[in-house]
Amino acid sequence: MTFLTHCKSTKVSFVFLLLLLIPLIGWSKEAIPVAEDPEIEKRMLELTMDLRCLVCQNETISDSRAEFSNDIRREIREQIKANKTDDEIVQFLVDRYGDFILYNPPVKPTTILLWFGPVVLFLISIGSLIFYLRRRRVQIEEVLLSQAQREKAEALLKEDNKGKNV
Amino acid sequence: MMRYLIPLFAFMVLAVFLMIGLTLNPRQVPSPLIDKPAPKFQLNQLHDSDKVMSSDDNLGKVWMLNVWASWCVACRDEHPLLVQLANAGIVPIYGLNYKDDRNTALQWLKRYGDPYQISIVDSDGKVGINYGVYGVPETYVIDKKGIIRHKQIGPVTVDSLEKTILPLIKELQDQV
Repeated sequence: MTFLTHCKSTKVSFVFLLLLLIPLIGWSKEAIPVAEDPEIEKRMLELTMDLRCLVCQNETISDSRAEFSNDIRREIREQIKANKTDDEIVQFLVDRYGDFILYNPPVKPTTILLWFGPVVLFLISIGSLIFYLRRRRVQIEEVLLSQAQREKAEALLKEDNKGKNV
Repeated sequence: MMRYLIPLFAFMVLAVFLMIGLTLNPRQVPSPLIDKPAPKFQLNQLHDSDKVMSSDDNLGKVWMLNVWASWCVACRDEHPLLVQLANAGIVPIYGLNYKDDRNTALQWLKRYGDPYQISIVDSDGKVGINYGVYGVPETYVIDKKGIIRHKQIGPVTVDSLEKTILPLIKELQDQV
C-alpha cells in the first residue's frame, strides 16, 4: 500500500515536472541583432538607404544581401566606429565607386540634364498647351455662323423636334 | 504638314536616344580611379604567406593587377588568356586573390595554370574596396608612376586585349 501511494506520487510529480517544462518552449530566442551597437546600426542603415548596390544595381545597399553590400555595410560600420562623419563616409565610397553608387546624384555639368530635364520638359509642355489653347480660341471665334446658316440650323432643329414629338 | 512633321521629329529624337541606350552596358560603371594613383597596399603573398608585397614594389614598371578568386566562374573563362599573355612576357601580371580560401586558391592555380608573378591575398576584401572592386574578375593597368590607366570590368577578352589593353601597355611602356 505504501509502495503504491509512493508510486502514484512519483508519477504525479513527474507529470508536474513535465508541465513545468512547457513554458520553456516559449523561450525560443529572438533574432540576435547583427551589430552590437544599435546606434551604429541605425546610422549605417540610414546611409545605406541612399546607396546603390553595384552588383544588383536596382537595389539599395541596405536592402541587398549581396556579398558586395555586406562588405560595404561592414566598411561603413567600421568607419562610424572610427568617428567618421556621414559625409566623409559617402565621399570615401564615391572616390572608389563613383557617383553611380549614390541614388541621389550631385548636381554637376554631366547631371544637369538629369536634374533639370524634367522641369524643362514640363515648361515646354505647359507652353505648348497654352499656345494650343489660345490658337483654338481664336479659331473658334472666327467660325461664327452667318445669318443664313443660323436660320438653316434653327429650321433643322425645329424639324428634328417635330420628328420627336410624333 | 507641320502637325505631322513635329511628332515625327520628336519620335526620331527619342528613337536615337533609345538606340544609344541599347549600346550601353549598365554593368560598366566608369571607375573614378582612372588616372588616379593606385591605392596602396601591403599584403601577404599567396604562395609564401610570410612574404609581403607592397604596391610600391612595382613603381617604375607597367603592370597589370588582376582580381581573381577560385569561386569566380568568369575568372576561369579569362584565365587561359592571362596564362598566354604571361607566357608572351609582354607585361607582368599580379594577382589579387579576392576573398578566397588559401588552399582552394592554390589548388585552382595548379589546375588552371599560374600567370601571376605574385599573387597577394585580400581575404577580407578591404583592398578590393579601395580599388572599387564590385565584380570579379577585374583587371587594372597601372603605369610606371603607379597610376591606374585602365580598368577592365569582367573577364579580359581577346578583343579587349587587342583593341585597348595591349596598345595602352605599349604606349605606357614607351613613356619614361
